[in-house]
Amino acid sequence: MTAAPAADFGRFVAASAAAGRLVVQPRMGFGDPARMRAGLARTRAATAHTAGTLTVDSYTRVGDLAAARAAVADGARLNGYPIAAHSPATTRTVLDGLCDADFPVQVRHGSARPLAIVRALTAAGLDATEGGPVSYCLPYGRTPLRESVTAWARACELLSTGARPGAVPHLESFGGCLLGQLCPPGLLVATSVLECLFFARFGLRSVSLSYAQQTDPAQDEEALRALHRLAAEFLPADVDHHVVLYTYMGVYPRTEQGATRLLEASARLAVRSGAGRLIVKTTAEAHRIPTVEENVRALETAAAAAALAGPPAPGPTTGGDGEVYEEARTLIETVLGLHPDLARALPAAFERGLLDVPFCLHPDNAGRSLGFVDPGGRLRWARTGAMPIRPDAAADAAPLTSAGLLTALHHVADRYDSPRHRDGGDDHDRPQAAALAV
Amino acid sequence: MKILLSGTASDSHTWNLVYLRLFLEEQGHEVVGLGPCAPAELLVAGCLRHAPDAVVLSSVNGHGYRDGLAAVRRLRAEPALAALPVVLGGKLGVAGLRQEADVARLTEAGCDAVLGEDLDALREFLAARARREVPA
Repeated sequence: MTAAPAADFGRFVAASAAAGRLVVQPRMGFGDPARMRAGLARTRAATAHTAGTLTVDSYTRVGDLAAARAAVADGARLNGYPIAAHSPATTRTVLDGLCDADFPVQVRHGSARPLAIVRALTAAGLDATEGGPVSYCLPYGRTPLRESVTAWARACELLSTGARPGAVPHLESFGGCLLGQLCPPGLLVATSVLECLFFARFGLRSVSLSYAQQTDPAQDEEALRALHRLAAEFLPADVDHHVVLYTYMGVYPRTEQGATRLLEASARLAVRSGAGRLIVKTTAEAHRIPTVEENVRALETAAAAAALAGPPAPGPTTGGDGEVYEEARTLIETVLGLHPDLARALPAAFERGLLDVPFCLHPDNAGRSLGFVDPGGRLRWARTGAMPIRPDAAADAAPLTSAGLLTALHHVADRYDSPRHRDGGDDHDRPQAAALAV
Repeated sequence: MKILLSGTASDSHTWNLVYLRLFLEEQGHEVVGLGPCAPAELLVAGCLRHAPDAVVLSSVNGHGYRDGLAAVRRLRAEPALAALPVVLGGKLGVAGLRQEADVARLTEAGCDAVLGEDLDALREFLAARARREVPA
């Protein structure tokens, strides 16, 4: 058994992009090492240009390593791979002969205190992971933001210095997701850029900026172009970066056709807007944690849709100068203006409500902002609280009800499950607008 | 009724909690929300502090059985909370199927109802307890 050979994540994605191929990647994690290995092997063998994923279980994610170990000891089925409960030798066995320069593996988790996970992944010879001090704290639990920022600064240093000699560790910001839906794109784009700046300041030289597909293909394309442009404007020139798109992270279509069409739309969006990588969703998403087979099918479906989409639209890094760009840039500059050290500027921004994630229940989030789906299907601000951006003047002032929230949460799923959404086209044949949800 | 609404210890999901708060408030209940990832100790402290009439636990991450069981046992270990109505809703396991053995063990541990995703059942459960509270 050997250490995994160099599989620099950023280099792999850049080489794929140069060859005109979209990297597709699942979310996949099993408690049992043999099942995890089988899942990685199937991902690698898929008819698609894939990267592998070890998704960590949620006991490990919240730092309850004792519960993760107890579950392993009981043989209980976990919702992910307990990387800090299994030994580095076990994880190396899982990866042996699979993880290499042609198939990099990334650890996905969701932890506001990721030190144990970063220690475990570097000990197993891995060097790519994801998250962020804001995006893995506010929407995902109750760790105070300042503690998350401190833990993430330390984790960045550990990742950038603890990897194998010669390796270029990679860190992806989850900032483009936040709660997955009903957050207008300006804040998603700003969070991704700010977190990647944070990673760079704490030692990372290869990062990716995320964006989760939302309600409107044209708005999404605008957001992705803004993300490219802001990354080029704000990240240091010596930091390698790419954009990663997440297939829709909100309530997912329940029908196989609807789920497949939404996935295909995300693959076309990725190609059209110059994303280097796509994290897919499966047809099982609305019902349960997907199987390996469902994941492989999703990877192959996405890869086929991407291949059929043809070359990217000319100049994916140009044109990002609309509303989303302006909003994101204002938010980024406001935060950077608070303090030269982002580890202090980010908590200060949330404390003053200058960043405010809609629907987020975390005590460190001001909770005064609100997003809604407008009649044309675009995400807009009903309220912006103390953020330095304006709410939509046309926002309906009707109070938020449980039924209205449900309609908004199901907006995309209902559209794609509707038999009227026949052509899977992103820009045509959109059913009538759903009811306003503010 | 005053309802304490909480996610389970390892569950970071939030939309279920945002929705349930609105839903419960529209039924006329007062809601104290603990938010996602609430460990059993925090749940107990919240119940002792807020003295709710019922507890609604919501879990969707596939660890509902393990986390729910630990939460219910911890609540029932507290003498002051021994009779507090507790209901668990959402998903129990990763398989997407309701395991009756898990439901039985949760009930034995003192969970008053295991409701899956049936909101009518939740409304009924709370309404039945609210009726009991009305002074004769």
